[in-house]
Amino acid sequence: MIGFDEVTKRYPGGTVAVDRLSLTAPTGRITVLVGPSGCGKTTTLRMVNRMIEPTSGSITLDGRDTSRMKEAELRRGIGYVIQHAGLFPHRTVLDNIGTVPRLLGWDRRRTEARSRELMERVGLPDTLGRRYPAQLSGGQQQRVGVARALAADPPVMLMDEPFSAVDPVVREQLQDEFLRLQDELGKTIIFVTHDIDEAIKLGDQVAVLRVGGHLAQLADPAYLLAHPVDDFVADFVGRDRGYRALSFQPTPRLPLAAERTLTLGETTTGVGGDWVLVVDEENHPVGWVEPQRVHGEVTSTMLHRGGTLARSSGPLRAALDAALSSPSRRGVIVDDSGALVGTVRAHEVLTAIERAERPELADPLHPGAPVR
Amino acid sequence: MTDLVLAWLTDPAHWTGQDGIIQHTLEHLGYSAISLLIAAAVAIPAGLVIGHTGRGRFLVVNLAGAARAMPSLGLLFIMVLVLGPRLSGDAAFLWPNLIVLIVLAIPPLLSGAYAGVEGVDPAARDAARGMGMSGSQVLLRVEVPCALPLLFSGLRSATLQVIATATIAAVAGLQGLGRFLIDGLAVHDFPQMVSGAVLIAVLALLADLVLALVQRYAVSPGVSGRRLRERVRRRGPDTLAEGLQVR
Repeated sequence: MIGFDEVTKRYPGGTVAVDRLSLTAPTGRITVLVGPSGCGKTTTLRMVNRMIEPTSGSITLDGRDTSRMKEAELRRGIGYVIQHAGLFPHRTVLDNIGTVPRLLGWDRRRTEARSRELMERVGLPDTLGRRYPAQLSGGQQQRVGVARALAADPPVMLMDEPFSAVDPVVREQLQDEFLRLQDELGKTIIFVTHDIDEAIKLGDQVAVLRVGGHLAQLADPAYLLAHPVDDFVADFVGRDRGYRALSFQPTPRLPLAAERTLTLGETTTGVGGDWVLVVDEENHPVGWVEPQRVHGEVTSTMLHRGGTLARSSGPLRAALDAALSSPSRRGVIVDDSGALVGTVRAHEVLTAIERAERPELADPLHPGAPVR
Repeated sequence: MTDLVLAWLTDPAHWTGQDGIIQHTLEHLGYSAISLLIAAAVAIPAGLVIGHTGRGRFLVVNLAGAARAMPSLGLLFIMVLVLGPRLSGDAAFLWPNLIVLIVLAIPPLLSGAYAGVEGVDPAARDAARGMGMSGSQVLLRVEVPCALPLLFSGLRSATLQVIATATIAAVAGLQGLGRFLIDGLAVHDFPQMVSGAVLIAVLALLADLVLALVQRYAVSPGVSGRRLRERVRRRGPDTLAEGLQVR
């Protein structure tokens, strides 16, 4: 657990970067600090490992006051990931990852074994071990940065916009893998971002900061989207929050329709209707075809692939998106193995949404706290 | 003229003995090496610390500028006049010469070390500190290895300048390859003068070549980008061939 108690950072010029901030980052959870530039989120993060010393107030790690701990010792126990990865250009990938173990006095063999294990963990092919950072793509560099932070298995991780310097596709991939990794590792993480979507996606709880280092709202993502505490937070969480909030609502039992399907390679002769769903041998949906336009066998090149798939155990947002994106207006629902279960229409998803409960109005993180 | 110079250089009598090419080359290298060592011992640590702390930047900038305007020969005469009477024997001529060469070598070494450390990716430095490296660990394990290319370029330019300028040692009572220029001038033996100049130039280039080789092995390929480029070059045609096979 990381505790901030009335923490203030005032710079010599009089600028206040963080103003009497109190918050708790619970053990094993991801706490995201989000806000516009100048809101003090990075300063807040860097005060945890004392890269910046607070002017007043105290920061505790599992109850221990960090200002009483030795700087180097404190930092070696905290994984640190920054925006441009900050890899050491003169060291190979393996040596970069092994930095903290070597500082802790591990021998070469143990360090290398650990580094290789971490490369696998973060999804880096073994062959990259002897490469130098300049030979890696941005996404690979960030993976090395994460692996390096995890090397000595620190219970706490500080991550400062680690995914913001890579392109959107890679970013999403890294985010997904980061969540998977966190499921396995259960670190106590403080994560800084300026991107509210990233905050909503990754955070177990999200702290929205406003310029001047004030905490505007601390809540779990679903609650934040449903009940922004004031105009600033409402503005910041953005326009599509009603739609985005559906990401946190599990799909209830939907009235699924059975779908007439064609298997790849079958002919369309005798098949009517406007759109027909095509599946592969394992009953995994692969796309849609218009039978009257096809003469003969259905091949994978003639498929319309615009429709998204939703898992029946996934969030409502995916189910609605599947219905909206499908050329036939019938959203394809699959089970966890990816096999077809049935289809659903948008109005049926909307009915389910209307029946679903809104997130509780009482703030779950601060029971009893007045809702402004 | 070229024939005369070649004749002078290929005359075995000019190579051996107290006034021979070998002896003077060794002396020349000796002055140069001692000056460079002393200058490096002062300038490199200073440059590294200035780059690391960011304090004393004005010193580097002003020193480098002032040094460019320094007349070596003028300084040498002043040193001989000031120090000469206070020292006895060989030292009376040796130290004034060494000081001129040291003063000449310090600015490039200092700016090389400083600029090298200064230019290290701030993110790498931040990460190093954030992982719990002490100030000196950040300097020695991250900043210096990354600064090596510029450090070497400072050392190489200092070496070139010192070897070229060590010629003036012969003006102020010492030996070295400058002897051939001074003595040749005295008796109007132009082939001897040109040969001396050529020998100094060759010596300077050879020294640079040796340092370039050392640099090649001392600097991490991740910083110099050497292995990276080679790999791309090697990969180029391969990828092309693969692409053609697919189609």
